[in-house]
Amino acid sequence: MGQSLIVRHLEAWYGSNKTLKGINMQIAPNQVTAIIGPSGCGKSTFVRCINRMHETLPGTKVKGEIILDGESIYDQDPVALRKTVGMVFQKANPFPSMSIYENVVAGLRLNGMKSKQKLQASAEKSLRMAALWDEVKDRLNYSGMSLSGGQQQRLCIARALAVEPSVLLMDEPASALDPIATTHIEELIRQLKENYTILIVTHNMQQAARIADSTAFFLSGELVEHGPTSEIFTNPNDKRTEDYITGRFG
Amino acid sequence: MRQSLNEGQLMLTNLLKDMGKEVERILKGCMQVLITLDRTQAEYWIAEDQLVNNFERQVDDACVRLIATQQPVAKDLRKIISAMKISTDLERMADLAIGIAKVGRRIEGPLCKPLIDIPLMAEKALDMMRQGLEAYSNEDMELAHNLAVQDDAVDHMYNQVVRDLLVIMTQTPEYLDQGMYLTFVGRYLERFADHATNIGENVIYIATAERQDLNK
Amino acid sequence: MNDRLRRYRNLTMMGIFTIATLIALVPLFGVLGYVVKNGFSALNFEFFINLPKAMGLSGGGMANAIVGTLIMVAIATLIGIPIGILTAIYLTEYDRTSWFSIGVRFATDVLTGIPSIIVGIVIYTAVVLKMGHFSALAGGLSLAIIMIPLIIRSTEEMLKLVSHSIREAGYALGISKRVIILRIILPTAAKGIITGAMLAVARVSGETAPLLFTALGNQYWAHSLNEPIAALPVQIYQYATSPYKEWHQQAWAGSLVLILMVIVLNLIARLAFRSRSN
Repeated sequence: MGQSLIVRHLEAWYGSNKTLKGINMQIAPNQVTAIIGPSGCGKSTFVRCINRMHETLPGTKVKGEIILDGESIYDQDPVALRKTVGMVFQKANPFPSMSIYENVVAGLRLNGMKSKQKLQASAEKSLRMAALWDEVKDRLNYSGMSLSGGQQQRLCIARALAVEPSVLLMDEPASALDPIATTHIEELIRQLKENYTILIVTHNMQQAARIADSTAFFLSGELVEHGPTSEIFTNPNDKRTEDYITGRFG
Repeated sequence: MRQSLNEGQLMLTNLLKDMGKEVERILKGCMQVLITLDRTQAEYWIAEDQLVNNFERQVDDACVRLIATQQPVAKDLRKIISAMKISTDLERMADLAIGIAKVGRRIEGPLCKPLIDIPLMAEKALDMMRQGLEAYSNEDMELAHNLAVQDDAVDHMYNQVVRDLLVIMTQTPEYLDQGMYLTFVGRYLERFADHATNIGENVIYIATAERQDLNK
Repeated sequence: MNDRLRRYRNLTMMGIFTIATLIALVPLFGVLGYVVKNGFSALNFEFFINLPKAMGLSGGGMANAIVGTLIMVAIATLIGIPIGILTAIYLTEYDRTSWFSIGVRFATDVLTGIPSIIVGIVIYTAVVLKMGHFSALAGGLSLAIIMIPLIIRSTEEMLKLVSHSIREAGYALGISKRVIILRIILPTAAKGIITGAMLAVARVSGETAPLLFTALGNQYWAHSLNEPIAALPVQIYQYATSPYKEWHQQAWAGSLVLILMVIVLNLIARLAFRSRSN
């Protein structure tokens, strides 16, 4: 089941550059929340704070609070947190040395799961959820790199799902894919929200409009507006949001 | 593929069907008023117009939402744009039905003759509306084209009604008032059928992207 | 007009490049051909299993030198590969930017450029003189010291080639850094690391200068790692500088064997790289 997130006065820095300037936001469980905004508005940094990936880069700093299902994520071990908060990246990044099967179960196997039966069951379940099972079931031992771009991205989604997170962060998951593969991923996201809370960063506003239940507009490290997607795209409250979504920005 | 868009379109179709049922209920009620000439009943149906107006707003909002969030193109886009137009047609049809109730409120005393052709026209016009909506939900071109033929029949019935009433009015001048109002009713029903035909035109536009005038 | 001029220039430049490439090939095939021509006649089965004969006598072999070289290269590999790879992991995964790691990188570069004879002298002073005798251990150690910087740099390059997104994918799955390095990054870079290590092994197996000061050479079998030991390059050097024609012959044969060893190592390295890439 998806879990809710509460973000309170979140600030983040890259060196001396303050990329998030006090974000307050509530993210409902089992919904798709899209983060939109121009390049450099802090949308990627924002999702990378939620699984504490931001801190892994040198020279970064975070202040504020993120509460996941009632518990502050900064009180948790980051490595353990990332099993609850999964992430899919802009560019599909399957492990090159591993087969399709090994990729899917990497998160389980490398964290110590030994039972072959459990691993196989989880691989099939995750691949099915990622709508990839039928395409790869006969070649699970092939390298993950042998798949097409869209398939690789779904493989990465399956790999993230196998760890059974409750929140799934997606950082522009379809921006490197062709329109058909993009539609595949979007359909997948729609189905996944039944079981996960999904945050998707996208620079494609139409994509946010198509798949998100709620949309948040970021600008220069601030949250300008957050509301139901249909409202943001038909009647935004803030002039800046309207200028951005209508393409009249700046 | 495009599940959200498909669901949105299905919702739109159902909304239009429900709106059509509402219009049907109102027209039937208003026709009843014309027979009973009951004023309280007339007031009741006149107030019911609000329901159809709400439906129209709902359809419009749903269309705007779908266009804004799902970026429909080609046939998808035509189908959504047509839904907005059809909802306008249905709203006008409800207004025409209410017009009949208003006539019923205004007519004094017993009718000059039992109503025969007018209820038949109402039945026919309603049937056309149902077929139009059916054609929309199934994208049935044949059904849509067929509406033109039926519209001609309704026009014919209207002419018949006018002629009959003219005869009564010239023979019995005290029925002049009543006859004029009943002519209005015939006119309303003829317009009602025209709007139903418009639905058919929209269906043809959805399927072929060509505009055809079925109201000739 | 312009078009013809452009084509003309293009042809001229291509001609220059082709000639330069052919010239570069001349020494390679010259050396190979010369060694094969002179060495092949002296090479026989005896050469691989017999000890050297006394001076001036024909026949005999370099079995002890071949084995000695293999032993010292093995010692160098055992010391050099773990230290080299672990250092490279430290430099890429744990500490890319501090002054310490910049210092280590600089030292590695300097060490790569140091003439190998200096390594020999240092080991001679620090180990051979302290222990009181030449030994296989001292020889292996000096080869290891030449090997380590090569392996550090090649491994580091290979680890850097592993995209950062792969590491992030590991983090995002809640995998610890240690496991990410051991089970994801190292396997991904394995082909490159192995290739680099093989090339380093090939490179040190031909080293002569440091061995003169550390392993010395030996006409007989060495019975422990603690005594002077024969090595192919040293043996070749000693035979080639002797006045005896038979020994010259043996030196050519030894050279051929040494070149073959290096070629085989190179081939293995390249095949390993290719076969795992699909």
